Amino acid sequence: MEVCGTHTVALGRSGLRELLEDCLDLRSGPGCPVCVTAAEDIDYMILLARQPDVFVATFGDMLKVPGSYGSLEQSKAEGARIHVCYSPREAVELAKSYPDKIVIFLGIGFETTVPLVALALKEAMAAGLKNFVVYSAHKLVPPALSLLATDPELGLDGFILPGHVSAILGRQAFAFLAEKHHLPAAIAGFEPLDILGALMELILLILNGEPQVLNSYPRVVTEEGNLKAQEILQEVFYPCPANWRGLGSIPDSGLKLKKRYQDFDAQKRYPLEVKPSPPPPGCRCGDILKGLTLPTECPLFARRCTPATPVGPCMVSSEGSCAAYFRYSRRI
Amino acid sequence: MEKEVRGADKITLAHGDGGELTHKLISGLILKHLQYEPLQALSDAALLPPPVGRIAVTTDSFVVKPLFFPGGNIGTLAVNGTINDLAVSGAKPLYLTLGLILEEGLSYDTLEKVISAVALAAQEAGVAIVAGDTKVVEHGHGDQIYINTTGIGVVEDNIDLGPHKVKPGDAIIISGPVGDHGLTVLAARENFGLQGLKSDCAALHKVILPFLKTLGPAVKWLRDPTRGGLATTLKELATSAQVNIYVNEEDIPIRQEVQGAAEILGLDPLYLANEGKFCAVVEKSAVDQALLFLRQYPLSKEAALIGEVREGSGHVYLRTSLGATRELYYLTGLQLPRIC
Repeated sequence: MEVCGTHTVALGRSGLRELLEDCLDLRSGPGCPVCVTAAEDIDYMILLARQPDVFVATFGDMLKVPGSYGSLEQSKAEGARIHVCYSPREAVELAKSYPDKIVIFLGIGFETTVPLVALALKEAMAAGLKNFVVYSAHKLVPPALSLLATDPELGLDGFILPGHVSAILGRQAFAFLAEKHHLPAAIAGFEPLDILGALMELILLILNGEPQVLNSYPRVVTEEGNLKAQEILQEVFYPCPANWRGLGSIPDSGLKLKKRYQDFDAQKRYPLEVKPSPPPPGCRCGDILKGLTLPTECPLFARRCTPATPVGPCMVSSEGSCAAYFRYSRRI
Repeated sequence: MEKEVRGADKITLAHGDGGELTHKLISGLILKHLQYEPLQALSDAALLPPPVGRIAVTTDSFVVKPLFFPGGNIGTLAVNGTINDLAVSGAKPLYLTLGLILEEGLSYDTLEKVISAVALAAQEAGVAIVAGDTKVVEHGHGDQIYINTTGIGVVEDNIDLGPHKVKPGDAIIISGPVGDHGLTVLAARENFGLQGLKSDCAALHKVILPFLKTLGPAVKWLRDPTRGGLATTLKELATSAQVNIYVNEEDIPIRQEVQGAAEILGLDPLYLANEGKFCAVVEKSAVDQALLFLRQYPLSKEAALIGEVREGSGHVYLRTSLGATRELYYLTGLQLPRIC
């Protein structure tokens, strides 16, 4: 299983997934931070967008994700002020430019993105901003891997580990897969040859029954990772339980703002109630995120659910499994 | 130009209402740079001698943001983009019209820079701007400048290009690296701070017309892959000609800077716009001659054979560098840079 949207895309785009179809059962796991955002979190974000005197700053992929009552894009069309950012610091600049508005940054992302959000928060604190808040729907990858590693229905033989997250956390953060779960894993880069090389090493481990976690991306990933980034992350955030679409609640897999940064917590500023609602009928996003179902096995795939008319988030996000399969691997 | 003559530092609604300021704008700015006789006459229509051959007409509108980007601006784009639509139809470009919709508050200097760029591009291309119009809309109801053009050209009788000529066995050529314009404009618009990107905006008729003359009927079809990029253009061809198209990833030229920036952003250069490239379908036996010819010209010095036409029903396939084959579809929705 790969657990990184960029890997999902790379496997499809290079044609590797198809080339290996006959000998490897490659499953895409919860690798897209947009896709694993729970429906109630998306609904909360849409409620935020509808608050008075508010600018919502978000990454582009979040715009089209359908919640229970529409999407951010629809809210934008109805007059909500939503600003697409390429970096969290843009949201801080927005807050400085519009002191009479509250700028809410939607924090979506794994360990690759979080240090940047932390830096933005430090900047906001240093600038004494009172109109900048963050809604932290961030997720941590290792706890999700633990859950997947022990899922009897899934029966995984090994993981291809995310190159960018590993660059932040280091190989040592994934050693538990071998030590605790006896599962081999290999950290892979994103060029087709990187992935092929990591797969080759991983397959040998599997065939030899050797549970090890290899760093097959040594030109970017080190044993300890990016200590500075880890430090910044830990300065601003601490782990908390989080609800993952498809995987349910996982302890210590989300991030909350530490006490010192509480004034920047969107949930404290906007304690809004979200009514739970059932998932859209027929949508298999949950099982797809877990790797139990292939996107092509979902009855809605490429019929009612397409990138232009998405039913679930996996089809919306450019690195969602369903979107990747739609674009590159429809024949699987 | 002195302020009292031009009327202001900024364009106002009065510049568009047909009165004194309108006349000052036209004579002081537009006619100053666009010194074409039909335009200077300031009549309601340009009367032009009929060309010999079939008349080609194209229309286009330009709304690019930002107005100025590395390698070009809305003005050069308007001239070259229109010329290229004529050129890939086999037409020698002769005349352009220039319709301007200006937003109240637009800086006079910005407008002058754009018009001056239009003038230079037209002069270099050897086309005359023979008619025009200027309107001003309220602030907030436009986006600084919108440009609309009509291009008029003439096609010699022996030229016959189109999907109906494309047959299985034909070869597909691209005139140079793809993705430059789309990526450059996106990066400039969003201020990514990426170095080394430059739009390929250029007029192609001075390559295409000799190419058609030399290769003759061996050239079956031409298109400039603008919006939607090379992949979309090939998909349109496959659909209209009812054939299948196979292209080889390793043979498609893409500049390293474009490849790198696209990878970081999670974009696909095959779907990014080009403004100085053309795609050609040629008789297989004429490929070597075609490439030799094109590579003599700076604008097509990296021309490459990228694929072939086969029997089929409108599908486009990419052979990846790993040897897999995957289908290329129309893009659904905008390409957005990824999160992580």
